[in-house]
Amino acid sequence: MSAIELSPAWLLLFGAGVAPFLRGRARSAWVVAVPLGGMIQLALLPAGEFGQVEFLGEQLLLLRVDRWSILFAFVFLIAALVSAIYSLHVRDRLEPAAGLAYAGAAIGAVLAGDLMTLFAFWELTAVTSVFLIWARRTDRAYRAGMRYIVIQLASGMLLLFGALQQLAATGSLRFDHLGLDAPGGLAIFVAFGIKCAFPLLHNWLQDAYPEATESGTVFLSAFTTKLAVYALARGYAGTDSLVWIGAVMTAFPIFYAVIENDLRRVLAYSLNNQLGFMVVGIGIGTELALNGTAAHAFSHILYKALLFMSMGAVLYRVGTVDGTELGGLYKSMPWTTGFCIVGAASISAFPLFSGFVSKSMILAAAGAEGLAITWLVLMFASAGVFHHSGIKIPYFAFFAHDSGKRCAEAPANMLVAMAVTAGLCIGIGVYPAPLYALLPFPVDYVPYTGGHVLAQLQLLAFSALAFSVLMRTGIYPPELRAVNLDSDWLYRGPAVAVTAAFASALGVVLAAGSRLTGRTIAALVAVCYRLAGEDGLMARTRPTGAIALWMAVLLGAYLVVYYL
Amino acid sequence: MKPRDERRFWLDRKENVDKVYWGVWLLCGLLLLVEPLVHKHADFAFAEWFGFDGWYGFVACVALVLAAKVLRLIVKRPENYYERD
Repeated sequence: MSAIELSPAWLLLFGAGVAPFLRGRARSAWVVAVPLGGMIQLALLPAGEFGQVEFLGEQLLLLRVDRWSILFAFVFLIAALVSAIYSLHVRDRLEPAAGLAYAGAAIGAVLAGDLMTLFAFWELTAVTSVFLIWARRTDRAYRAGMRYIVIQLASGMLLLFGALQQLAATGSLRFDHLGLDAPGGLAIFVAFGIKCAFPLLHNWLQDAYPEATESGTVFLSAFTTKLAVYALARGYAGTDSLVWIGAVMTAFPIFYAVIENDLRRVLAYSLNNQLGFMVVGIGIGTELALNGTAAHAFSHILYKALLFMSMGAVLYRVGTVDGTELGGLYKSMPWTTGFCIVGAASISAFPLFSGFVSKSMILAAAGAEGLAITWLVLMFASAGVFHHSGIKIPYFAFFAHDSGKRCAEAPANMLVAMAVTAGLCIGIGVYPAPLYALLPFPVDYVPYTGGHVLAQLQLLAFSALAFSVLMRTGIYPPELRAVNLDSDWLYRGPAVAVTAAFASALGVVLAAGSRLTGRTIAALVAVCYRLAGEDGLMARTRPTGAIALWMAVLLGAYLVVYYL
Repeated sequence: MKPRDERRFWLDRKENVDKVYWGVWLLCGLLLLVEPLVHKHADFAFAEWFGFDGWYGFVACVALVLAAKVLRLIVKRPENYYERD
């Protein structure tokens, strides 16, 4: 393996190691240069398999470069770059390093050719990313981070368990198509499903992401879940159950998004909904569907990062992203407002924005396979995502009633990062050919037909009409300061109560036990003390003469016994 | 000159908000008017009904909001629910 055939992951991990030791402009230049260097490295990588090494007697494949892994590694590097620019104002030494290491781990994982290397990087994404949550330095963030890391590591353990079953059954750790029936297939499926935020396994995402720092959430939104999408596409393409799992994912979170007050949590729900589209594409498994999933992951990473950046800028300047507290910020933050609207138009799949050219491939694939119910659910979710991400986010933050809050525009580095990302969102939407050229399979799909554009515009315009009418009539639920119970309630509510009850029961048992054993031990000690304690039978001191006399008696007795 | 965010904006006037509101109605109407000129090539027969995407989007959003209001009745808890002890 020559130096050129090295995963860009190592450059990012090395960059992360160096970053905390640099200061000021040197560190700023460094954290921007490292992802750029990674892009050059990726561009120079020839397709193929490199880094076959033996580890504990098993063959590993450290680096697999093909169309799937290049696409994901490339978009991860773009995300790392814009996130790094976005976080340049951060003075904390650890946070930018954690971001780079996290990006490096995710890139290492998509370029891994075997399950053990995948596992190692899989766990590294968890361990590095949690620091982006803890960097908020609040008690709330600390506890959310603890819940997050436990769930992420559990996913890794399941992956390891499945990988070892795979190894035992087939003698190989190679990561190719698995399917549910493969040895360890179900365990690995659930491991991927946790990171991909499957229904009921999802709530770590909405719990933890909104608690991270303003730039931490931008990093977080890009990597973990899309790594899971990549892994599912590689291992479980064409698995039928993914179609309905994905369909539930597109629809279920948007109800929560409508009533959620924390606007970054609204975005986390819509992130979950967008993952659903990708999962449906993987489940359908045709070339068009998988191309759609890959394309949608690419454009999604960018517009989702852009939306989180705009809300991060609001959080940074105003100190809150609660819908109840905001409104009218377009007066203070016109540029941020504009970039947010670009992100909102992209996620809503407006023609000429990135979501339009990628999401429609998945819908077209569902249509081509005659999956009418799935298609209707995806259309419902498309209308819904426009409703809560496309309209609600910009409306409540920047328009609505004027909250009277006045602040400065976002810092220059944030504006640059948002401008670059917004440019990419529009660029992909206007001219999708370069993205299509990167997709895993040859593309025979034309997004811009008169019928498709009209259908999409009708869907969006009438959704906007519904929002306007509901707002004007006062039917639309107002933003409220409240917590909405989700599946995390199971482990934050009853599980805590059950654990507490168990702990107190255990305490009672242990106390009773210790009283019992305490008494036994006390009795035992008393016996020992009687025997060996002060003046005890075994510890009495006797005069030497007496001992000598007793020895003489013993020896005499011995002699007598001998001669008998 | 006043700072930018102290100025009075176009959207601060109620009649302009009304213009936006009726503009959305107008846009929806126009999008239905042009439908006979464009063939939709839908994958399903029902998707070629007149204005299907429009009314489906409208109904979907109204249903979403009404269902979310019901959901709120079930899942809403005080803001400090998880930190109440």
